[in-house]
Amino acid sequence: MTMTHTLTPTADLATDIDDVARLLTPDGERIADPELDRWIGDIDAGTLRGLYRDMVLLRRIDTEGVALQRQGQLALWPPCQGQEATQIGTARALRADDFAFPSYRETGVVYARGGKPADFVLAWRGEEHSTYNPYDINTATQQIIIGAQALHAVGYAMGVQRDGTDQVSVAYFGDGASSQGDVNEAMVFAASFGAPVVFVCTNNQWAISEPVSVQAKFPIAGRAPGFGIPSMRVDGNDVLACFAAMRWALDNARRGNGPAFIEAVTYRMGPHTTSDDPTRYRDKDEVEKWRRRDPITRLEALLRARGEFDEAFVAAVETDADALAVAVREAAMTATTRPPLTVLDNVYAEPHSGLEEQRAWFGAYLDGFAPAAEGV
Amino acid sequence: MAQLTMAKAINEGLRRAMADDPKVLVMGEDIGKLGGVFRITDGLLDEFGAQRVVDTPLAEAGIMGTAVGLAFRGYRPVVEIQFDGFVYPAFDQIVCQVAKLHYRTRGNVTMPITIRIPWAGGVGAAEHHSESPEAYFVHTSGLRVIAVSNPQDAYVMLRQAIASNDPVVYFEPKRLYHSKGEVDLDVPLADAPPMGLARIAREGSDVTLLTYGSQVATAMDAATAAEDDGVSIEVIDLRSISPVDYRTVTASVRKTGRVVVTHEAAREAGVGAELIASVTERCFNYLEAAPQRVTGHDIPYPPAKLEKHHLPDLDRILDAVDRVMDRPNSLSGVLD
Repeated sequence: MTMTHTLTPTADLATDIDDVARLLTPDGERIADPELDRWIGDIDAGTLRGLYRDMVLLRRIDTEGVALQRQGQLALWPPCQGQEATQIGTARALRADDFAFPSYRETGVVYARGGKPADFVLAWRGEEHSTYNPYDINTATQQIIIGAQALHAVGYAMGVQRDGTDQVSVAYFGDGASSQGDVNEAMVFAASFGAPVVFVCTNNQWAISEPVSVQAKFPIAGRAPGFGIPSMRVDGNDVLACFAAMRWALDNARRGNGPAFIEAVTYRMGPHTTSDDPTRYRDKDEVEKWRRRDPITRLEALLRARGEFDEAFVAAVETDADALAVAVREAAMTATTRPPLTVLDNVYAEPHSGLEEQRAWFGAYLDGFAPAAEGV
Repeated sequence: MAQLTMAKAINEGLRRAMADDPKVLVMGEDIGKLGGVFRITDGLLDEFGAQRVVDTPLAEAGIMGTAVGLAFRGYRPVVEIQFDGFVYPAFDQIVCQVAKLHYRTRGNVTMPITIRIPWAGGVGAAEHHSESPEAYFVHTSGLRVIAVSNPQDAYVMLRQAIASNDPVVYFEPKRLYHSKGEVDLDVPLADAPPMGLARIAREGSDVTLLTYGSQVATAMDAATAAEDDGVSIEVIDLRSISPVDYRTVTASVRKTGRVVVTHEAAREAGVGAELIASVTERCFNYLEAAPQRVTGHDIPYPPAKLEKHHLPDLDRILDAVDRVMDRPNSLSGVLD
């Protein structure tokens, strides 16, 4: 089993961010890649502009999320700035009937799958654990436990195998999760059963304050072949490369060849969450270096070079982004908190006498605060 | 009616559940050709094939986490954890995922997973093979917890667990696997008592003895022995320890006024503590004596040659009965 993009033990550690497959240079110049080129033969200017629009809208959701948190409207926000190409590029390659299992930072995956404005903010506001019904957008509730969803994706793929369809499930997780037992067990199960699952490891260089060098002494994509899973290490700030790699992996799964693994090498420009202070553990220079690799400006450069980045297009994207930001803000500001008794809803699918008793007691207790009936 | 061992009754329960519903599949370590280390899944691979009888890699979190994904996809996985002490690597997936996904998704995703655990001691096993971890699961909202004590219940309640849209942790006392009993395999599930109802295993008027699973037989022996001493014990086999059927329990306590709880698991913050707290809340004015616990010691499960000193036996139960009856007992003058 060889990797499509070959990594050798002489390569630098997992931190060698240039040992990746890419289709766009950091300056936005289109370059050839023998493995990736074949997967984007049909990509026209319209598709590229669509990817650009998605990334801009995602960044706007993210900016709005941070602002709402700073204004006290959200309890927490996990920023994804810098990771737009990884999230949009991979998620846009999916079919609607594929199933994604994202982590808490994959706002862009939820967006690409059809998430509505409320779906981005109500969980972080503390109104819901999941605003959306996973089956409506074939996307699981965003996972907070690190790496747990990798196993769910594999199990889902095992179900797909039994149903005999050509759907694929996708596990999204970060470089920190690659240290978790669940992710490694997921790769064992996926390989053993040939499950149609794609692992997308977003290597954003940092797991809160732990650099990727604490997680890996060799590029993370290099692990998958050891499990019998082909892998590819791509430039996670190159939306075209992410899109192409995902198509390769999805095709592999749909044709019955089992799992594939993508390591998208990117950078988390902001903090882990709004509670984190990254100035304590990383250099400004490092952040600035990555700012010059920005995925949105990179695609903009390509579009400009091709004469596809006219003012009308830019204005239309800005208008859409503004409208989405307003909708996200409105969803947060107009959220209504559910009534107290609903805290006990849906713990079980069927009646549970212990909880029924607590419901009866809590209901009676709450009723004690009701205004006395007229005339009493 | 057939005379079956508990092992065979569970095997038959799995077979019929799989035959009735193509979405039911069983998964675990060594459950295929070997038929499980206790042979509970014997013959299922031949009958249903490898897509529905899944020999998994040796990774408990992997088994549980992939079961979650299968449930997401509409399957009803029945997971076998090979031994009680091996469930801990799967604990995170059980308490953070299996138990919570229905709540997290406001009911949109169901987790109809049955987690079968060969359970508890008394069989002279190696370390980690005799544990009683039920309290961890009882404490976790979103799970149902069943502990069976006889072949008929084992058969019926397994069928009910698999049919339930909630996740069920299903404890099988391994020391009872070879005990036989009458089993009506054709009992319509719709007519069976709902999973969660306690069973009055023996009627009595002086003391209510609450227990479940592996300890029911010992409790019955104690009740027989107490009769010779002129004490009438009502034995309640809880069968379900989440939820507990407090209707049956409190009716008994209000009749007898005295409560003894016995289980193999350690005492501190165990199921017995919860039972006594709940009974005291409900029946304080009916109690004639302080409720008593007869449990395993608060120790790691001891080596097999010493386990008889850990497991509650007939005499320790009778000693507790003496305490609630205010008769001379081992604590007389010891603890004030």
